[in-house]
Amino acid sequence: MSGSATVTSRPAPAKTPTGTSASRRRTWTPGRIVLLAVALVLTALWLLPLAWALATSLKPEAETATTPLEWIGSRVTFEAYSKVWESGDVTRWLMNSAYISVMTTVLTVLTCAMAAYGFTRTDFRGRRLLYALVLAGIMVPPQVLIAPLFREMVQLGLVDTYWGVILPQVAVPAMVFILVKFFEGVPRELEEAAFVDGAGRWRVFWTIVMPLSRPVLAAVAIFTFISTWNNFLWPFLVTTDPNGMTLPVGLANVQSSFGVRYAQIMASLVIAGLPLLLVFALFQRQIVRGIAHTGLAGQ
Amino acid sequence: MTTTAMAPVPAGERTGGGRPPAARTVRRAWTEHGLVFVAPFLLVYALFLVWPLISGVGMSLTSENITGAGGEFIGLDNYAEAIRDPEVWSSLWNTVWFTVLSTVPLVVAGLGLALLAHHLRAVQWLWRLSWFAPYLLPSGVVCLLFLYMIYPSDFGLADQLLASVGLEPGIGWLGDERYAMLSVVATTVWWTVGFNFLLYLAALQAIPAHLYEAAELDGAGAWHRLRHITLPLLRRTTGLVLVLQVLASLKIFDQVYLMTGGGPDDSTRPILQYVYQQGFTGYRMGYASAVSYIFFALILTVSLVQPLLSRRRAEEAAK
Repeated sequence: MSGSATVTSRPAPAKTPTGTSASRRRTWTPGRIVLLAVALVLTALWLLPLAWALATSLKPEAETATTPLEWIGSRVTFEAYSKVWESGDVTRWLMNSAYISVMTTVLTVLTCAMAAYGFTRTDFRGRRLLYALVLAGIMVPPQVLIAPLFREMVQLGLVDTYWGVILPQVAVPAMVFILVKFFEGVPRELEEAAFVDGAGRWRVFWTIVMPLSRPVLAAVAIFTFISTWNNFLWPFLVTTDPNGMTLPVGLANVQSSFGVRYAQIMASLVIAGLPLLLVFALFQRQIVRGIAHTGLAGQ
Repeated sequence: MTTTAMAPVPAGERTGGGRPPAARTVRRAWTEHGLVFVAPFLLVYALFLVWPLISGVGMSLTSENITGAGGEFIGLDNYAEAIRDPEVWSSLWNTVWFTVLSTVPLVVAGLGLALLAHHLRAVQWLWRLSWFAPYLLPSGVVCLLFLYMIYPSDFGLADQLLASVGLEPGIGWLGDERYAMLSVVATTVWWTVGFNFLLYLAALQAIPAHLYEAAELDGAGAWHRLRHITLPLLRRTTGLVLVLQVLASLKIFDQVYLMTGGGPDDSTRPILQYVYQQGFTGYRMGYASAVSYIFFALILTVSLVQPLLSRRRAEEAAK
């Protein structure tokens, strides 16, 4: 969490050099102490479930069901983790989730960026109509389509395949919309200069537009990754073979296979939760900025 | 990194440079390969969104089962049956009830947490970590965690905490109709409030500091500043958060399916789970898609009503 710089808090002090606001920020009035206390209590409340999962996963199995509650067992052990790992299922689901999320993210970023570029920067018959059709798709929640989409998957023979999970998640109209808004703000002169120098359409797209768009592309990629990694309903419907399940779907089956081995359940939850917490730690700023931007784009 | 997504650069004019050959090159270049760029997206979009949307309408007019066999055209019978089906209405009601119960705390808490974090910005990474991080966890992780926190009374954290402050443990968190939906709501608030929190935090940080400084010079207290500066300036954000939240809450499935399975006695079963049960365990795909189009109508209404309302409000404000 070293990158604790926030969207605007870093440049803010420089912009407001007025002595009053700076000194107000540092004084600890009773009101501020109360605010801090409330915030700390809420933080504790929010972190409690995570701390409890971690603590339980590090206990010997025999001590997980003790009353009254003890946070630390007689010894700290990674037994539960090695058992979960050895059983292979969680590892397998982790790999499936990673493969599916990475593929979906790459394909989504690529197809949506190309489409957004085509809609903003090229001209062809029916362009406006097609773009209106894509925008209308923002209204369609994918959850509503599960029955006909499933039948289509059966017909295409994509049930229990990676592609069956990936493809329906790739064409996201909202992402095209966000990218169109961004491309509209990029000055055309850069591209025109390249055209005059003899560069083709593709070269301009790859060497000028895409590098310029890195911040938005990162936001789109991170959001796609998060939502694909966490998606439950669709992978749950389209995979029946435990070997092909994603982590969230596999975990839903965990209850039966783990019985009442609490330490192992909590260990598998920690393993399943860690990848995205790592993503958060690494891309904190992009995630925060991306959400802020999503909010603006929605207006 | 340095350019932000919101750079307000106006789309440049096509100056063309004046020399005819260059201008022609440029003009030709702009119209080149247009369809090629949009084709991959449109192909996937047509196959996995537009086509299912259309074929689903056809499907809802048949008596089709899960394999696609036995589909006979039965007209609007599925819709007529759905409207008379008390389970459609009860699961629709559960969905709406969940939305009502979850939206208020999710919006209010999102705003409250953002205000706290905004005023205590020294350790903002801590607030962001603790309040936003749960949003990144898969529903499977969150639901299993809460399931084991509240379900087993000999072991569950919730009951142990109740006992430690002298309250009666052994509440039927998920088994009792009075508490099951509230337990699902509480789980959802813990899990997803971080998203609204970040939207509000970004909006708060966009409010210019000089507004507050001016108010302070005029002697406005903290409460006054909150009521007359912060909250009015957050109106647009609140509208957005509200709509996004209602739409997200209406789509509830994971938490209920994983925590209560829809019980006790179907008291928490949402409409999407009813669609799932009819189509995927009851093998009535035609009926399932009819029910999902009724649900779709509800979602469309919500997403269309909001812009109309906000436009009217804007018009009133302009008068």
